[in-house]
Amino acid sequence: MTEKIDFTIAVNGARHAVSVPSDATLLRLLREDLLLTGAKRGCNQGVCGACTVWIDGAPARACLTLAANVGEREVTTIEGIGEQGRLTALQEAFVNHGAMQCGFCTPGMVMSLEAFLRDNPAPDRSALRASLSGQLCRCTGYSKILDAAMAVVKDRK
Amino acid sequence: MIQDDAGVGARVPRFDGPRKASGRARYVDDMSRPGMLHAAIAQSPYASARIKGYDLSRALELEGVRAIVTGADYAFRRVGGTLRDETMIAVGKVRYMGEPVAAVAAVDQETAERAAQLIEVDYEPLEPVITPDAALRPDAPIIHEDLSSYVKTLPGTPHGNVVWETEMADGDPDEAFANCAHVAEAVFETQAQHHGYMEPNGVLAEIDENDRIVVTASVQSVHMLQARVAEELDVPMSQVRAVAAEVGGGFGGKHHTNIHSIAAWLARVTRRPVKLVLSRITDMEIQKSRHPARIWIKTGCDAEGRLLARDVRITLDGGAYADESPNVLSLAVLLSRGPYRIPVMRARGRVVYTNKLRAGSYRGFGNPQITFASESQLDELALMSGIDPVDLRLKNALQPGDTWFGGQPIQTGAMTECLRQLRAARESAPALPPAAPHIRRGVGYAGLAHTCGLLGTSASVQLRGDGSVVLGVGAIDIGQGSGTVLTQMCADILKLPAEMIARTGVNSDAAPFNWKTAASRTTYMTGRAVVQATENLRTCMVEHAAEMLEADPDTMEIRPGGVIAATGTNKSVTFADVAMRSMFRTGGPLIGTGSLVYDGPPIDRANVRVEGMAFGNIGGYAFGAQCAEVEVDEILGTVRVVRAWSAHDVGQAINPTLAEGQIEGGLVHGLGLALCEQMVWDDDGRLANPSFADYRLPGAHEAPEIFPILVEEPDPTGPFGAKGLGEMPTVGIPAAIANAVAQATGKRIRRLPLTPERVLTAIDGEESE
Repeated sequence: MTEKIDFTIAVNGARHAVSVPSDATLLRLLREDLLLTGAKRGCNQGVCGACTVWIDGAPARACLTLAANVGEREVTTIEGIGEQGRLTALQEAFVNHGAMQCGFCTPGMVMSLEAFLRDNPAPDRSALRASLSGQLCRCTGYSKILDAAMAVVKDRK
Repeated sequence: MIQDDAGVGARVPRFDGPRKASGRARYVDDMSRPGMLHAAIAQSPYASARIKGYDLSRALELEGVRAIVTGADYAFRRVGGTLRDETMIAVGKVRYMGEPVAAVAAVDQETAERAAQLIEVDYEPLEPVITPDAALRPDAPIIHEDLSSYVKTLPGTPHGNVVWETEMADGDPDEAFANCAHVAEAVFETQAQHHGYMEPNGVLAEIDENDRIVVTASVQSVHMLQARVAEELDVPMSQVRAVAAEVGGGFGGKHHTNIHSIAAWLARVTRRPVKLVLSRITDMEIQKSRHPARIWIKTGCDAEGRLLARDVRITLDGGAYADESPNVLSLAVLLSRGPYRIPVMRARGRVVYTNKLRAGSYRGFGNPQITFASESQLDELALMSGIDPVDLRLKNALQPGDTWFGGQPIQTGAMTECLRQLRAARESAPALPPAAPHIRRGVGYAGLAHTCGLLGTSASVQLRGDGSVVLGVGAIDIGQGSGTVLTQMCADILKLPAEMIARTGVNSDAAPFNWKTAASRTTYMTGRAVVQATENLRTCMVEHAAEMLEADPDTMEIRPGGVIAATGTNKSVTFADVAMRSMFRTGGPLIGTGSLVYDGPPIDRANVRVEGMAFGNIGGYAFGAQCAEVEVDEILGTVRVVRAWSAHDVGQAINPTLAEGQIEGGLVHGLGLALCEQMVWDDDGRLANPSFADYRLPGAHEAPEIFPILVEEPDPTGPFGAKGLGEMPTVGIPAAIANAVAQATGKRIRRLPLTPERVLTAIDGEESE
């Protein structure tokens, strides 16, 4: 067995003492040790984006990030966004525009788009499309995901 | 119809939206149990080999291993669909590289995987057969030596390496071609495609306190899953409880498979919960693909473009096990005429075993392959006869009152209207800005037809004591939104707000029977069962209300908000009043039920020659037409679909937002088949690209702007007039894209995917491979 290491990690505003194998990914730590199962394992090699979380606010692939390398940085998962128990404006737009079907890619899509919309106040549709280059969806053809994000942009104006 | 609430026709936000948007939806891999073990599968390194023995000693020595099972431990039963040729784990012989030969349960995933690698199997390698051509040679190694002894559930003629043969004929095309002004003849080929569900297949198996086996899975039918696990573990079906978890995409790739029985078996051996969630690599290696196809097709028309005859020969590569191959072949044959009048037709097909991953059910079910060939060929005929491709299709479009290939009457259908609206939408779209000099633009069209009526389904609607309602169906919402759509039908009839209607989860104990969430049939088939069940409940409630109000039941009406009133009076009772009364009069709140099996007109076997058709009754024809506008880069050979239009004969859209979602997603799924997706095997039978890094799914930047068009001509047999839609948007778009590329380049490519290499070869005028 790979040697276990002990450290603390900050996730969604709380600090957790964990003991995981030194080669454990952040995705494994989140899902199996902290039971934060919102981030998904779709390909486990950094292609599909279903595992997207934020590290110090920047989108990152949890499946490609070694848990032990997170250090003092703050991790945010889908469970940690928005006000307690309420959907964000983007999540509401996803629901109202039918931007999810099976829902498996949705947490990653939301985390990716939330960060992009935070950093880009008024992107157009093609900029939003380009921002999804790291997120795969097999169900929607991306149309309604872009509709939802555009609705958020429009509401800001 | 109610437009402004939860009823039919309303753009109701899907009910599972909040849990999915917030990450709370629970898929199999999100579940755990106290004491749960993790499973891993040992896989064959050969595409064909005899198994001479197993040495488990090194694997068993590993700390944390709780059980290992192999084909030697197994009183095996061959299972399958129409042809029962497969065991959950290889017994005596492996027939594709990656095939499960043993499985391990261990305390954690890493240990299970290490143990699987330490299992030593003594193989005697055999010569693999990788292509249908090789499999059909007279001296080819036989993949299933005992084929003739396998059980078949329908009449068929498997022989040698041929899994199944199907033929339909209406007239003699050889004679008819002599009278044609134009005849096109060519061979078209399509490739293996992976379903690409974002969630890999997975199952959690456990033994409950009553010693029953509980399998919770990402699956498209709990009832078929229950049947398969019970059969493979040799227990009564009642001893298996099958539960659907949230399903992270299906597309035909989440039916009952080998992994469910393997996990259940390990749970029984260890008496511990066992989770088996496949890695993406293993999933791609051991589940299934879309059938690769080679299609010879010949079509003739008169000088005015009226289609007179067609002859088709289809060869499908079925891989190592039959799975649903006979059925896929049969549908391809049945749909080989497409949505057109062609008076003389013949279609002959076969599926061939090879030493590769099994091919099976996949969105479109043989139809994208045959439609790629037939709709490409129509454009070639249009070019030969000097007729506009859309006009050619309009001239030949099937009309209500016509018959299908097979003699089934077409009762409703909006093929002409789909083509008209599609063309009008495309022609009124704003012009694109000028393209760079090395970009060639083209526009291509394709028509399509598909079925949505098949087999059996049922529903229950139960009144609760407070007047709220619980809807039960065996149909699983695999993302398409059936939970929302079926609830809207129920809400419309009972005039209840959506929050008063809950859905049972789908498990085999509680859910009324449903064959499968498949074949574009849930809205049409299960929808009809929901309408029946809800009307049945309404009738029971009205009878109670009439007695309570001392009124004639025929004068009663349902009013919004759960009220039953005597028409024209202010006398009324609430659903809650009725529910409370029924408890004391009939022993419990009322239950309405509905069930049906597809009941449309059958194939006319007296007048059409039909052999090896692996369906009982199938029908419910729905039509569509698709258009792609492409840009071909003549330097790089790349094809970009800029815009796409897609018009569909939906009968009645129960929820337009969800219907559009099916069109948009299905279209991009077909775009992947057309342009970038391909499973590739090397000469030894090794799948060369079993990962998302190496197998390319369409990304957002490859998806076009899509303009869905819902053509609503209600079907009197459908629930509220609705027809099915799930597969249709995947069916025509590969041909539409190929036709657009042909228009842009002047060159016809008859092989998918349209890779840059093939496009450049075509542009350069060299012989296509």
